[in-house]
Amino acid sequence: MKADPDAHYVSDEPYDPAADLKALDRADLDASTWRLILRRFNRHRLAVVSGWFLLAIYLALPFIGFLAPYGATDRDDERIFAAPQAVRLLHEGRFVGPFVYPRVETFDMGAFRMVSEEDRTRPQPLRFFTTCGAPHRFLGLVETSFRVICPPEGGSFNLLGADRLGRDIHSRIMWGAQISLTVGLIGVAVSFAIGLVLGGVAGYFGGLTDAAVSRAIEVVRSLPELPIWLALSAAIPPGWGPVTVFFMISIILGVLDWPGLARAVRSKFLALREEDYVRAAELMGASPKRIIAVHMMPNFMSHLVASCTLAVPSMILGETALSFLGLGIRAPAVSWGLMLNDALDLTAVEIYPWLLAPLAPVMMVVLAYSFLGDGLRDALDPYS
Amino acid sequence: MTRARLPEIAGFALLALGLGAFATAAVPPTPGVAACVAGLVALRRSAAPLTRYVANRCLTMLGALLVISALVFAIIDLPPGDYLSNLIAELRATGQASSVAQAEFLMREYALDRPLVERYAIWMGFWPGPHGFSGILQGDFGRSFELDRPVADVVREGMAFTIGLNLAVVVFVYLTALPLGAISAVKANTWVDYLAALVGYIGLATPNFLLALVLMYYGNVAVGLPIGGGMAREFIGEPMSWAKFGSIALHMVAPVIVIGTAGMAAMMRRLRANLLDELGKPYVVTARAKGVAPATTVIRYPLRMALNPFVADIGNLLPQLVSGSVLVSVVMSLPTIGPTLLAALRSQDLFLSGFILLFVSALTLVGMLISDLLLAVIDPRIRLAT
Repeated sequence: MKADPDAHYVSDEPYDPAADLKALDRADLDASTWRLILRRFNRHRLAVVSGWFLLAIYLALPFIGFLAPYGATDRDDERIFAAPQAVRLLHEGRFVGPFVYPRVETFDMGAFRMVSEEDRTRPQPLRFFTTCGAPHRFLGLVETSFRVICPPEGGSFNLLGADRLGRDIHSRIMWGAQISLTVGLIGVAVSFAIGLVLGGVAGYFGGLTDAAVSRAIEVVRSLPELPIWLALSAAIPPGWGPVTVFFMISIILGVLDWPGLARAVRSKFLALREEDYVRAAELMGASPKRIIAVHMMPNFMSHLVASCTLAVPSMILGETALSFLGLGIRAPAVSWGLMLNDALDLTAVEIYPWLLAPLAPVMMVVLAYSFLGDGLRDALDPYS
Repeated sequence: MTRARLPEIAGFALLALGLGAFATAAVPPTPGVAACVAGLVALRRSAAPLTRYVANRCLTMLGALLVISALVFAIIDLPPGDYLSNLIAELRATGQASSVAQAEFLMREYALDRPLVERYAIWMGFWPGPHGFSGILQGDFGRSFELDRPVADVVREGMAFTIGLNLAVVVFVYLTALPLGAISAVKANTWVDYLAALVGYIGLATPNFLLALVLMYYGNVAVGLPIGGGMAREFIGEPMSWAKFGSIALHMVAPVIVIGTAGMAAMMRRLRANLLDELGKPYVVTARAKGVAPATTVIRYPLRMALNPFVADIGNLLPQLVSGSVLVSVVMSLPTIGPTLLAALRSQDLFLSGFILLFVSALTLVGMLISDLLLAVIDPRIRLAT
């Protein structure tokens, strides 16, 4: 170590600035595409957080029965339009653990509305990891009434209040997530399939096929989505069961959404067709199927994944709108849009504002998908 | 020279003839439509690129409209049964035989007992129905069974209001997205930019109808905006006057904001991205280095370059706005055709819902046509390409 007047540490090793620069270059050159993508994606904080958030709620979907304190259709006559109960820890300055104060709902004949009063004298401790309430089926196989959170003994637990039939809104939001979150995925799968096939065919074969598909894209793209969605869902026969209706709605949502994807696929195909490696494969006698699947697909798949992520929010909003208007998911099933249907009545919203609670998860999921999609789109093109 | 201009002259003459026939209603509309189409076909051979482009674009639009009409008819025909056959079944069940005969007469009258393709052709006016050629091409939109009135009467007022509302929203979107997008690009990554982005994201993520509910309620509580409806009650059915216009304008404030926010957010983000790309280019740096005033540096060339996709984007914007206006109208009970459409779909009122669907689709198509024509006027590269 050399003597330094300012007492800074200076390494004795010989310094070569060129080698330093080279090392930096090499690290990036050697890194695999996936590493580059990951590195770039991690720079988008919001996208990373959104990704983990979405992963967490999707993983929780099969276990809603355990996580929700009530069943989706459990009704309680005593709790009609019950106000939200906050979870508290301190009763009269003393720590009791998580508990709620009971609320008594009475009907005020003068104002013609439910009035809720909190009883601050009796803390009711919440129960955790026990059995309570009506049994639910896990994955349609095991019947159990084991739950993570249970309402207090002889009391109730409505974290976000209750609706006009006395059903717990908090639990219903959790149950509704099962439908509201999967509708978008199935819809995107449908639109992805149509878009990939039509766009690929148009881009690869060109000529007359391309012209026909392009016209079809233009026509479908200029249709106003919602009125057509309404017309299509009005065509679902009223006798069909909730599960069939759910699948039909998802398909309807996907059927109008493919033009954007098809256009993206088509333009990518047109660009990639001119690449030397595609020409080489053609000259070596590879079949169109092989060229598309092995040589071209990997090159634009990443781009499509980002497009799909960005397409999910519009489907979720679409389902919400359809169910809200009463033409979407039907009653025994629960979805966020269906729950918001109660909020159509402005007076009800004014008196019982907690009916708007499903709005929060809708916004959170839509925003999360948008952030994730933006992040993916940036990250999946690491060489730009 | 005269020979080269022949198709152009003939085309314009035919077009004028056709439009004149429409305007004066001297002859039935069919020859008018035929004359217009023939005129457009002739104009495709014109010497001027802009005329050729416009003619081409109009013809494609007419073709698309034709396909859409078939699609719409197929969709409204999907549900099993229709209003009349449901009515007949109901009447049978309650044993009102005389009414059954009447309803069956109506079914024959409107050709509901024929196969799908024939019904479509009759509806459009390509094929003679029970009363000769009488379809949309001839200006006969059919009859609403549930309301027992001609469709034209049912939708007349709603159509005007729908067009007016959507126009107002488009104006709102452009007037807000342009300055907001420009400012957030110039002041990128400052609090102004983040605030605009936040507003934009909330606009994108909130379902339209809920924004409508919230704005309706708080707009009323905070500044006394009227709750729902298209105009104050005393003006309904009154002839147009300034007072009525003012009332309508006041009632439109909340819906316009609600319908426009999502589109405005998307457009703002896009303008910001385009303008940011443009601002980094060497010519902007040169201008700044030479001491051009900051505002001029942005507005003179970069903004104009970034504006091009902005105009083109109306194609994405319009279907979204029309969808939004249908939904928001139901929530805020605006007198557009949205609520009528919903009711017609529920009761399977074929002709009414079919016509409204066709109308809203035509509205977006015409809007896109206008935006394309604007683009062709602004940007010579587009009109010369064809």
